[in-house]
Amino acid sequence: MAPVVIRNLNKTFDGVHAVKDVNLEINDKEFVVLVGPSGCGKTTTLRMVAGLESITSGEILIGDKIVNELPPMDRDIAMVFQNYALYPHMNVYDNMAFGLKMRRFGRAEIDARVKAAAEILGIQAQLQRKPRQLSGGQRQRVALGRAIVRHPKLFLFDEPLSNLDAKLRVQMRVEIKKIHARLGTTAIYVTHDQVEAMTLGDRVVVMRDGVVQQVGEPLELYNAPANRFVAGFIGSPAMNFATVTIAADANGLLWANNEGIHIKLPAEVAGRLRKHVGEHVTLGIRPEDLRVASSRDPADVAFDAMVEVVEKLGSEILLDVKVGPSTMAAAVEPTVRAKVRDQLRLAVNPDRLYFFDGPSQAAI
Amino acid sequence: MAVSDVTTTSDTYTGSVRRWPVTRLLEDERWLALVLLVPTMVLLGLFIAYPFVKGVELSVTDAKVGVPGNFVGMQNFVGLLNDSIFRVAVWNTIVYTAVTTVFKLALGLWLALLLNRNFKGKALTRAFILLPFIIPTVLSTFAWKWMFDPTFSVINWTLFRLGIISSRINWLGDPSLALISVIIVNVWRGVPFYAISLLAGLQTINPELQDAAAIDGARPWQRFWYVTWPLLLPVTMVVVLFSVIQTFADFQLVYVLTGGGPANATQLFATYAYQIGVGTGLLSQGAAISLAMFPVLLVVVIVQLLYIRRVETL
Repeated sequence: MAPVVIRNLNKTFDGVHAVKDVNLEINDKEFVVLVGPSGCGKTTTLRMVAGLESITSGEILIGDKIVNELPPMDRDIAMVFQNYALYPHMNVYDNMAFGLKMRRFGRAEIDARVKAAAEILGIQAQLQRKPRQLSGGQRQRVALGRAIVRHPKLFLFDEPLSNLDAKLRVQMRVEIKKIHARLGTTAIYVTHDQVEAMTLGDRVVVMRDGVVQQVGEPLELYNAPANRFVAGFIGSPAMNFATVTIAADANGLLWANNEGIHIKLPAEVAGRLRKHVGEHVTLGIRPEDLRVASSRDPADVAFDAMVEVVEKLGSEILLDVKVGPSTMAAAVEPTVRAKVRDQLRLAVNPDRLYFFDGPSQAAI
Repeated sequence: MAVSDVTTTSDTYTGSVRRWPVTRLLEDERWLALVLLVPTMVLLGLFIAYPFVKGVELSVTDAKVGVPGNFVGMQNFVGLLNDSIFRVAVWNTIVYTAVTTVFKLALGLWLALLLNRNFKGKALTRAFILLPFIIPTVLSTFAWKWMFDPTFSVINWTLFRLGIISSRINWLGDPSLALISVIIVNVWRGVPFYAISLLAGLQTINPELQDAAAIDGARPWQRFWYVTWPLLLPVTMVVVLFSVIQTFADFQLVYVLTGGGPANATQLFATYAYQIGVGTGLLSQGAAISLAMFPVLLVVVIVQLLYIRRVETL
């Protein structure tokens, strides 16, 4: 158990700058998730923390110790790999015991630790099996077990659930969460799945093209994304974006306009947008903030939409609609009766609008 | 639509379409298998089984070139037991096979491990490594013969110029050096086969396992010993099996370099069988010498195949 500090971390491979000036402080016992699309540098960052990849510049501290030059074995970490990386010629017991044997633990201690981990993970019955005789979920448990038995300072997870089917993934996600709560070991978890990031992380680090976009608690990222990329990446279905012009009317009120949208901005939002009057900005609306307009909704928060696709999910209905020139997704009540080509009027909660600066894409 | 499909299909099977009897016969998988196997069986029979049976037949006669010979039972084999040159050839073959296999395996594995790393010009280097294997053995062996020539040897010249030796080394003429020289050439020629085959084996091993073992605290040689080596073992066994069989029956390399000499110092099974059977014309005795290799190789093959099976079911 230890805090981790990453300072100005950089990595270049053959002229490709994969990780750019990453700074991150992870508290003791914290579960931090690195999330981003593939090629964003999250796995490279993790592998540098593990010591599997050399550091081009910057510093990594585990505990209070700079580990830049330490080989993986001396960093007191355990890692769970995407493809499990179980030793195919060893049975489950030996797979879990291998790290302890290499560290010259006594036989009794090894046995006790392996059995304890097997019990936590519910794989006591499989200890004598070879990895290829196990299902994907069981293999992942063994991989977790191999990490747990070591009682390391730090757990590293490299997309551990991406090879599992959707149902098993949810189940293992819960289990990882439970194990972390029980052991309290600091953990860094890499995934491209924002749902995993949001559900597992105490804090989430969103990365893109080697650069950290935002660090924050899951709801902070959801409610106050730092830029358009984070806004689009966090949340499912993804946020809708439309280019609008900010206009001021004779009464000094601000409006967001384009060919399909004409929304009056509430005072608080207007304050932030006043200096963008006359400019094109990106408007962001989360699908779950859209609803079918009722007669009570004022005209200045609603707009016309034409239904293109209807996806009935049971708990809600996802509508793909055409608004002016752009397409938007709306998550509406399951009671809504909508058919393809229907004309609807959608209303938005004006306090839940997001605006991003045109050129920089930063949140306004 | 589905219903009409089913009717059409069943019509086909009730024989509404006329077919030749041969076609019907081939629909029986047993007959089809037989037909498909015939070409292979003919080839194997003609080029492997027939010569083998003929060899066995020859070895129990006293046939010479131009003389059909009569049945003499095991006389040729009994004669071999009392043949001191045969005993030398057996010993030489065993030493030759054992020493070269150890060196070829060690060097080949080392090369394979190096080639399995990432470096610039990887593909070119891998292709280059194969050169000794691609050049016809007789050609490359002639080149070696020149390098071992007492007068023109480039090796001697280099060693002499460097001041390491003061007199010329007679690589192939000295009985104690001749076998070593032959072994060197065999190792040189055999290493690429090992290196490339083992490299192929190494590439089937998931590289994440190395990362996992490194994090598990295994040092580089422990990673090799506990992870790489056991996973490479099935491939290694097959490579060694092929190599042992080939080396045990090696002929052209020794024939070109020394012809078995000096004074039988490099005489192997194959060269001796050739010398007696073809050189001297004693076909039956030559056949007997060749066949004497058979039980040894058979045991090697059986042991290794059993071992491979065991390793594969691990």
